[in-house]
Amino acid sequence: MKETYYNREDLGKFGEITKFQKELGDKFFDYYASVFKEGALTKREKILIALGVAHAIQCPYCIDSCTSDSLKQGCDEEEMMEAIHVAGAIRGGATLIHGVQMMNQVKDKLM
Amino acid sequence: MQSLLKQHHKLSNTEVHLSILSDYAAIGIPDFKEKLAEASLFPLKPTHLDILQVNMGKMCNQVCKHCHVDAGPDRKEIMTRETMEHCLRTLEKSDIQTVDLTGGAPEMNPDFRWFVERISELNRQIIVRCNLTIIVSNPKYHDLPEFYKEHKINIVSSLPHFTSNRTDAQRGEGVFDKSMRALKMLNEIGYGRDSDLKLDLVYNPTGAILPGDQVSLENEFKRRLWDRHNIAFNNLFTITNLPINRFLDYLLVSGNFESYMNELANAYNPVAAQGVMCRNTISVGWDGFLYDCDFNQMLDMKLEADKPHIADFDTKQLSKREIKVNNHCYGCTAGAGSSCGGATT
Ligand code: SF4
Ligand code: SF4
Repeated sequence: MKETYYNREDLGKFGEITKFQKELGDKFFDYYASVFKEGALTKREKILIALGVAHAIQCPYCIDSCTSDSLKQGCDEEEMMEAIHVAGAIRGGATLIHGVQMMNQVKDKLM
Repeated sequence: MQSLLKQHHKLSNTEVHLSILSDYAAIGIPDFKEKLAEASLFPLKPTHLDILQVNMGKMCNQVCKHCHVDAGPDRKEIMTRETMEHCLRTLEKSDIQTVDLTGGAPEMNPDFRWFVERISELNRQIIVRCNLTIIVSNPKYHDLPEFYKEHKINIVSSLPHFTSNRTDAQRGEGVFDKSMRALKMLNEIGYGRDSDLKLDLVYNPTGAILPGDQVSLENEFKRRLWDRHNIAFNNLFTITNLPINRFLDYLLVSGNFESYMNELANAYNPVAAQGVMCRNTISVGWDGFLYDCDFNQMLDMKLEADKPHIADFDTKQLSKREIKVNNHCYGCTAGAGSSCGGATT
């Protein structure tokens, strides 16, 4: 088997992080489960946010599991792609807003 | 598209089917019986018999890609009036309160209306698993909504998604639009609106995934169908696709079989195992043979009895039987559980 940094099967081993630090791992998973419960936002809305974030942080494990969970929650392809565009827009905006910093510095430096 | 049987597909042989499903070591999952044993549920025994589910035939106007019955227009197996009469005798001598009519498209059985009228006379609750498109498929079926209303039938209909592309991908080109027309006809005469005219929808995932949360999906379906189509319904039942017939074929061809089976097994829920529907239901095949459920019926796993036939129905003996299970049963125990009435936990 070709060795890669990312292996799909590792997603299923996520729970094993508690083996090296149980208390913090357990706290994380409890917190994680609570976050995704139906609340002021529906489970469906939460998973679409998560899908967008997964793409913004470019985590292949998160993309895998959030895609499955979005499908389970009945999200359609258009909604899923729009969630990614939201992430892309914020990421792009975050890059571009720093253009103002560049412009400020240019102003300071040039005659 | 033709049925697997018509194609002489290897899966139309139930022995091949069972050998694929029984090879849990190759799939990489524990034997389902062991999982039941861990929860002290093996052997699995019935509780109280509440529902007689009658499969009126394999004929259908649709050829859905996930169909566990392998139904379609080319299937000619149909229940005779004689077998229906045996069902009626069984109902008369038992306290079974609900009769669940399924198929294929049960309405395509020429004695469907006769059978419903007779069950109605016995004052039992009737569920019809109506695929919706049958209502608009031919003028002779256009009055079905009125007929259902007359007998206060609880209609349960598949609609895998509120978008046409997802629904049509599973159930065939144009099915979504026809289903919307049929749902409007049902709504117009009070279904999904009046308290005694229940119209429930069934959500089956449109791929190798498990269903999500039933309540949250129901809310979303209600919102979307109302906003975009002005359609109302009562409950949404999430039903997991079991790896049988055309859904198994899809899993094998798409390379998803092992991962899907593992997902089902990993999501095993002992609480759902306690509430599996075979504990309160008996399934009757088109030819009168008896099964623990409609899935076992498709695998030709007749239930444990001296004479497993509706003509020899013996409630007492059946209440002591051991329910036959195999690895397809993981489909009923995954996550929130799955039955013909949706999630079980
Ligand atoms: S899933 Fe239902 S409607 Fe579709 S082919 Fe099978 S029996 Fe017919
Ligand atoms: S597949 Fe049938 S026998 Fe197996 S658990 Fe489900 S209802 Fe029971």
